[in-house]
Amino acid sequence: MELRQIFALFKKDILLELRQQHAFYGVILYVISTVFVLYLTIGSNTDAEIWNALYWVMLLFVCINAVAKSFLQESRGRMLYFYSITSPSAFMISKLLYNLLLIVIMNSISLILFIAFLGNPTVFVWQFIGISMLGACGLSLIFTMLAAIASRAMQQASLMAILGFPIIIPQLLLLVRLSKMAFAETFKAGASLQITLLVIALNASVVVLAVILFPFLWKD
Amino acid sequence: MRKTWWKILCIVLLLYAIIGGLLLPVPALKQLQETIRNLYYHVSMWFAMMAIFTISLVHSIRYLRSSDFKFDICAREYATVGLVLGFLGYATGIIWASFTWADPNNPAYASFGSIAREPKLIGTAIAILTYCAYFVLRSSITDIDKRARVSAVYNIFAYAMLFPSIWIVPRILPSLHPGQEGNPALNYNDIDSRMRMVFYPAVIGWTLLAVWIATLKIRINFLKEKNWLNAK
Repeated sequence: MELRQIFALFKKDILLELRQQHAFYGVILYVISTVFVLYLTIGSNTDAEIWNALYWVMLLFVCINAVAKSFLQESRGRMLYFYSITSPSAFMISKLLYNLLLIVIMNSISLILFIAFLGNPTVFVWQFIGISMLGACGLSLIFTMLAAIASRAMQQASLMAILGFPIIIPQLLLLVRLSKMAFAETFKAGASLQITLLVIALNASVVVLAVILFPFLWKD
Repeated sequence: MRKTWWKILCIVLLLYAIIGGLLLPVPALKQLQETIRNLYYHVSMWFAMMAIFTISLVHSIRYLRSSDFKFDICAREYATVGLVLGFLGYATGIIWASFTWADPNNPAYASFGSIAREPKLIGTAIAILTYCAYFVLRSSITDIDKRARVSAVYNIFAYAMLFPSIWIVPRILPSLHPGQEGNPALNYNDIDSRMRMVFYPAVIGWTLLAVWIATLKIRINFLKEKNWLNAK
């Protein structure tokens, strides 16, 4: 029953996205223009460290832009309608899943653009792809929850940034550290596995907290 | 007496921490010399801050379970006091770092640039920022009921995201700050037994003082909102 509800809500979000494509293309345009400005200002053959830093900064802002609207687009009336037909946990899980899908697509696009425009300083490409996917999923989960919180307040977009940055910094630090693995930096034995598991555990706890806390957010 | 014993204990412990902290013998280390006495004040600020934020978290959870506004006021006031302790911990840390880490041959800003990257400083900076964000969130919602609920949710979420990473991240990133391997100051081999005699009472004393301040603020707020709390 729950699963069917989650799937129906998930499908609804995808259908909405397919019918109103302006938001999706807006984010893609954002990615392209960012990468292009970077290309014009620092050119290809970027230093590995700078490439890495720029990639995470861009992914962070893409994530905020892509995820922020997931709750903002729901009007009051529509939320009331969902409230009457589904459970809050089903609604939250469908949003989390949808944002995961969205960010995986966005991450793939930005990775391709980054490599095309700024060159590819990574030594182990597949490793970097894996790490960036893991990181993108983590960012998307956290920002989905924060968008749910911010959607209850005024000036939602700026509030997202204020609420989100302090919380996201520890995870970003871990990810930037981990992604140095793809640039052939040697790690202490077991350290990379440890960080990976840590990030996965953090993400799992975000999902659990979101499902527990969201019911309190959405009743009015 | 039932209600005042811990206040007396707090005063006694703090007097001991201040007098004993400044006068009792400490091991003379080459780098730290007498600045090591700052341990009683700097580290105990962080311990007290964590304890106070944890109390704030508990009150947020209790608010969500009961929808009683008293718990919302408690959560807010404990967060305020925790924030003050965070700033005090920073201030004492700056004084300590300026005598031990900073290079007197360089201008102050050059030292700042290298010190500010410290993972422990980043960790505490984001803890402070998170609670500042908590107050921004509170002020951006006008409806009282909604404000209490949403900020309680944020308090729980932020705490759960933040504190594990504050405890874990600094161990993974390289740092100058002592206590890289394990729990700083709790580890048995970390501090001299003479210092432990003062350090643990100091931690308890500062935490009790913070709780005392918070309870005073809470009582003032209860009086301010009396009509309204009773009307509910």
